[in-house]
Amino acid sequence: MLQITNLRKVFNEGSINEMVAIRSINCLVEKGDFITVIGSNGAGKSTLLNLVAGTFTPNEGDIFISGERVTHWPEHRRAAYIGRVFQNPLSGTCATMTIEENFALAGNRGKKPGLRWGVTRRDHKAFQEKIRLLGLGLEYRLKDRVGLLSGGQRQSLTLLMATLQRPRILLLDEHTAALDPPTAAQVLKLTQELIQEMGLTSIMVTHNMRHALELGNRLVMMHGGKIILDVAGEEKRRLTVQDLLNEFAKLKGDAVADDKMLLI
Amino acid sequence: MSFYTFMGSVEQGLVYAVMVLGVYLTFRVLDFPDLTVDGTLPLGAAVTGSLMLQGWDPFTSLGMAMLAGALAGCVTGFLATKLRIMSLLASIITMTALYSINIRIMGRPNLALLNQTTIFDALAVPAIPRFLLTPLIFLAVAGGCKLVLDLFLHTHLGLALRGTGDNPQMIRSQGVSTDNMILIGVSLSNALVALAGGLVAQSQGFADVGMGIGTIVAGLASVILGESLVGKESVLRQTLSAIVGSLVYRFAIVVALSYQVGFLRLTPSDLNLITAVLVVVCLTIPMLRKRMRWKRA
Ligand SMILES: Nc1ncnc2c1ncn2[C@@H]1O[C@H](COP(=O)(O)OP(=O)(O)OP(=O)(O)O)[C@@H](O)[C@H]1O
Ligand SMILES: [Mg+2]
Repeated sequence: MLQITNLRKVFNEGSINEMVAIRSINCLVEKGDFITVIGSNGAGKSTLLNLVAGTFTPNEGDIFISGERVTHWPEHRRAAYIGRVFQNPLSGTCATMTIEENFALAGNRGKKPGLRWGVTRRDHKAFQEKIRLLGLGLEYRLKDRVGLLSGGQRQSLTLLMATLQRPRILLLDEHTAALDPPTAAQVLKLTQELIQEMGLTSIMVTHNMRHALELGNRLVMMHGGKIILDVAGEEKRRLTVQDLLNEFAKLKGDAVADDKMLLI
Repeated sequence: MSFYTFMGSVEQGLVYAVMVLGVYLTFRVLDFPDLTVDGTLPLGAAVTGSLMLQGWDPFTSLGMAMLAGALAGCVTGFLATKLRIMSLLASIITMTALYSINIRIMGRPNLALLNQTTIFDALAVPAIPRFLLTPLIFLAVAGGCKLVLDLFLHTHLGLALRGTGDNPQMIRSQGVSTDNMILIGVSLSNALVALAGGLVAQSQGFADVGMGIGTIVAGLASVILGESLVGKESVLRQTLSAIVGSLVYRFAIVVALSYQVGFLRLTPSDLNLITAVLVVVCLTIPMLRKRMRWKRA
């Protein structure tokens, strides 16, 4: 489904601020894989997702989606294949537009926007049914501006929007990190349900090791722009938080104690 | 203020409302501050005037003015998106170039359109006196532009355009090229401004290369005034606020010009100074209000 070969991304190449964010990454994501990604701050997790989505172009290497070489496709062209939820709950929706207008944008993902009416009565009904599943009562507020909603509500909507048109790959970058614990749990549950029901190929970055272990069929650990651990299936199921902590200890020695990673 | 000056300011408010709708589109919808309009307003006047003098009918001339305006907008959009020049600078570049182009189009710095058949002659109804007919026609044009814009901003393309100004990252991740949206939006905006220029030329009977100076500031002042009076909760309200803002702004100008400040009598050449002060006041009122509330709390 997604193939990444010899990927390398350097920010500010040649200047004193040069930063090698992705050193060399090779990875084959199978259809239906649900990968959780962990790694300390600055490991390159967000950069990797941005490279897949086309927000950045790599300095070296290639990215293939379903065998198609998309390395140099602009972001908006790749969006036809990719659903995305960002860490910032405000990033995934347009605050000045209504819920149904945001959904209309998502429902049209990857197609050229034309002069057809944005939200027809039929769209309205369809969006309402979708949003009802959230159980947040938002199905009666479709004409409210998204800016009036809470971060958790917005993130739930963003998640629905990302899957409104079935994406080939769903990218989630710490999408529950900015939410309070009960809301985060709710959004995470929704994530799991959507991915399972639709059988989506997904990559989810998280700093929560418990989530990384409980969700998905494959776990990837990144450090210094490289993948240092990649386990799947039975092997992943046997993995414990202690195992992960040991991996981190190996990397950093005592520094682990004050790392943000230790959200268990 | 006499009845005629009042009608005059209504007339001005309505014709410039078409321009304000254009400014609203870039400034508010696209979040793309566009100074091209200082050049596209006279461009519209120049194209309309020159074509009419060559015997074109007044309606087609207006259509061509819109086309020319769209083209100018396209240039600014191209500079900003494809050549990655900062939007403000890109529009200043186009505006500067338009000054020369407008003189080229007219063959001289200004044109008189005396004895030309204008849209007002073509649409004249014996029962309606001219001083009523002109504002009525302008009302129809401004209202029509508002309606079309309202409809357009609710199509898929319109939604993408609005999203581009609101959250470009999100819009790209929904598969829309924000560059294309900026090109379309800025072109459309400048087409409206050029239409306003053409209408002004036909109603005043002349086109002048200097008539665009201060357009953007007047446009901004109108947008901000309108928003504070009508609100900006929905697209329908925002477009209405552009028209109301334009009317209030022209009215305020007429009032300001009719006053004597001490020994100083304001003249039309003080217009830009008044506008500048007005914009500063409009921009700072929300901030001052917030501070007042703070103090009270
Ligand atoms: N746009 C950018 N310009 C310059 N450097 C960048 C940019 N984006 C990321 N970096 C750098 O690349 C490195 C990897 O950053 P990245 O955001 O991918 O880390 P991360 O694994 O997502 O970390 P976190 O857990 O904090 O989100 C960091 O050192 C960061 O400073
Ligand atoms: Mg990150």
